[in-house]
Amino acid sequence: MEGIYYTLQDFFTYTKSVTYILIVVVLLAMVGFWRFLTDRDEN
Amino acid sequence: MPRESATASKTVLSSFDQALKDLVKALRETFISPFGFVYIIIILLGLILTILRFTKGLAGVTNLSDYNAWGIWIGFDLLTGVALAAGGFVTSAAVYIFGYKKYHFAVRPAILTGFLGYALVIVALNYDVGRPWRMPYPFILQQGTTSVLFEVGACVVLYFLVLFMEFCPAALEWLGLKKLRKQLIKLTLVLTIFGVILSTLHQSSLGSLFLIAPSKLHPLWYSSYLPIFFFVSSVFAGFSIVIFESALSHRFFGDKMDEALQKGREDLALGFGKAASLVLAGYFAVKIFGISVDNHWHLLGTPYGIWFLVELLGFVALPCFLYAVGVRDRNLTIIKWAAICTVIGVMLNRLNISLIAFNWHLPSADRYFPHWMEIAISVFIVTLGIVAFRIIASMMPILHDHPDYND
Amino acid sequence: MSISRRKFLGWLGVAGISTVLDKRVYAASNKHFSGYPDSGGVLYDNVLCIGCRDCENGCNQVNELPQPDKPFDDLSILDNKRRTSPKAYTVVNRYDGIKDAKGPVYRKIQCNHCLEPACASSCFVKAYTKTETGAVTYDSSVCVGCRYCMIACPFEIPTYEYDKALTPRIMKCTMCYPRLLKGKLPGCVQLCPTEALTFGKRTQLIKTARERIRKYPDRYIDHIYGEHEMGGTSWLYLSGVPFRDLGMREDLGITPAPELTKGALGSVPIIVGLWPAVLTGMYALSKRKEKIAREEKEEAVATALAKASAEAEEKLSKVLTEAEVKNQTAIEGAVKKALGKVADNQTKEGT
Repeated sequence: MEGIYYTLQDFFTYTKSVTYILIVVVLLAMVGFWRFLTDRDEN
Repeated sequence: MPRESATASKTVLSSFDQALKDLVKALRETFISPFGFVYIIIILLGLILTILRFTKGLAGVTNLSDYNAWGIWIGFDLLTGVALAAGGFVTSAAVYIFGYKKYHFAVRPAILTGFLGYALVIVALNYDVGRPWRMPYPFILQQGTTSVLFEVGACVVLYFLVLFMEFCPAALEWLGLKKLRKQLIKLTLVLTIFGVILSTLHQSSLGSLFLIAPSKLHPLWYSSYLPIFFFVSSVFAGFSIVIFESALSHRFFGDKMDEALQKGREDLALGFGKAASLVLAGYFAVKIFGISVDNHWHLLGTPYGIWFLVELLGFVALPCFLYAVGVRDRNLTIIKWAAICTVIGVMLNRLNISLIAFNWHLPSADRYFPHWMEIAISVFIVTLGIVAFRIIASMMPILHDHPDYND
Repeated sequence: MSISRRKFLGWLGVAGISTVLDKRVYAASNKHFSGYPDSGGVLYDNVLCIGCRDCENGCNQVNELPQPDKPFDDLSILDNKRRTSPKAYTVVNRYDGIKDAKGPVYRKIQCNHCLEPACASSCFVKAYTKTETGAVTYDSSVCVGCRYCMIACPFEIPTYEYDKALTPRIMKCTMCYPRLLKGKLPGCVQLCPTEALTFGKRTQLIKTARERIRKYPDRYIDHIYGEHEMGGTSWLYLSGVPFRDLGMREDLGITPAPELTKGALGSVPIIVGLWPAVLTGMYALSKRKEKIAREEKEEAVATALAKASAEAEEKLSKVLTEAEVKNQTAIEGAVKKALGKVADNQTKEGT
């Protein structure tokens, strides 16, 4: 992670990398959250 | 060894034995038949061309050039292939998310088609890409996260895994692996939701690929709505392929289909036909808006404009109307033809965007037309898919339910 | 497996703390990017160019490219229009008969080393880099050969070694990046005899170009090609004739390539974030509809059953009453008969 981005290309490379990683985190968290939410549902 | 697991493993072993017998029978049925001869010729030719491809390079088997970097292996095998494999996510979404249980019998054939479709896309990419053994590089070495292609690649790989897992229960039933199958069945809803997310992403992103080249794609096809156009058209492509395939299966695999499938065909055609008609109508409207927001009306009178209208009126508006008539009159034949028209239309759209309206401004000497070997290899790849479908559908409980399982 | 509220909150907490621990602050504004400060560039002035092809020669030597069929001093090559190819990173084309031109006009074609390169934006394995020197470099050791960069480049520059079966590469001008690092000039600039090619800081070259236009307004078209095209390029062009007459596209616009795909790529996380909720909602809706349909069916069945049994009971009691009445009448009739018989017998015996 650099301090300053000189090109839009570099800026996007960084922000999109972070976003992709977050996408994976969100998907996994969703599964966990969904189970938490529907845990005590009657079947 | 306790008696229970002794009998259990004996059952598994005997299932494997039976499975092998099924495979041999299916192979014989597929290749020692009137069509079987054609398959063998195509496959042999394909193998020869494969050797040529990897000894003489792309120049030896294609008409690709520095102006035309992507040919029919991208325009047809990848773009059209992925659009037509959408039957998988559309059918499983209809049944498992939207609750249309009456179409349950159609899920497995659709998933198998999807699974084989994406497998063939990956096979085709191994021919097209310069160094196919490096295809994992974007994931394991350097991530070009600014690239739409990066996202396409990630989604296609993940979705292929999802499709594989959705296909497995049928194979496991065939192999008699009851416990593993039970575990997988539990994942159905999660896999379906994940499959819809991934399909939305990569179907739209295949359209987004062309956003980076506004100077090369004809303005009637270039739009910031490209991702939306691609996703929406993949939905009715999926419906249409399932309808068309059920008609084909009925004709060629009638003996392998169980009663549920035979009876459900009409229901399926009517239901999916209605849905397809609706989505086609929406797509037509959105295409019109695409013209209006960029004020491209005057282009409709140009030669490319006429071609655009052929695509829009002949292969979007027409099947939309045909589906509606077929649904209203409960006419399966009209619905079948609407499905064929739609499928051709989606293929035409993908070819227009990648090959015909692409580089439209270049002089004709610099334009692309596929080499016969490119076409032959595409035919070879599609044939592999058809053969695989035949073999799998005749061995495994795809077109019928396995007698031992009834959940 | 069930998850307790406590456990879930615990996981959230750990995740949250680990993000806060990274405390680097960025000075970047995410609105405007002006490139590396000392980025270099090349100014090509076709008013000074005499079409000698020394630049092609220099490029060929410096990059150790194969010798062409005809030597570089053979100017008959210029009779045909060429484009870059795997063996030629740069070509010069000659244009005759342009309106108001005093003779043939030349155009040198090579990679424009864009400030926001479309090739770099499109490459899914980061094979392209916009370096601090201004040069856009290509790394053939990671390239997979997908050729999306060739689709993306608006100037149609990258070429591919289609005839190589196992080691095909993209071939394009490198602005002689290794030489730049050593303080040397690019191979083409080095050999240009008329200084039609000059290397320098891009910002300075633009000033130079503007000055040239200002001093000789009759000689130059009042436009520096590459100043803004596709967001700006490091290779700048001055011309004595309209650029479109040289086959240089004037309809490319000023939007840099990364901006073209920004919207589409930006929607990816939105779909990932929202689709689970939307689809689960639809699933819940359909399950609810199913449940209501099932309950209504059960209710209808129950009502029908109750009605049927009530009717049946009514019918039964009716039949029973009828039967009883019939029975009663029959018994009374039989009794009467029997009594009558007895009376008859008595009368008979009485006489």
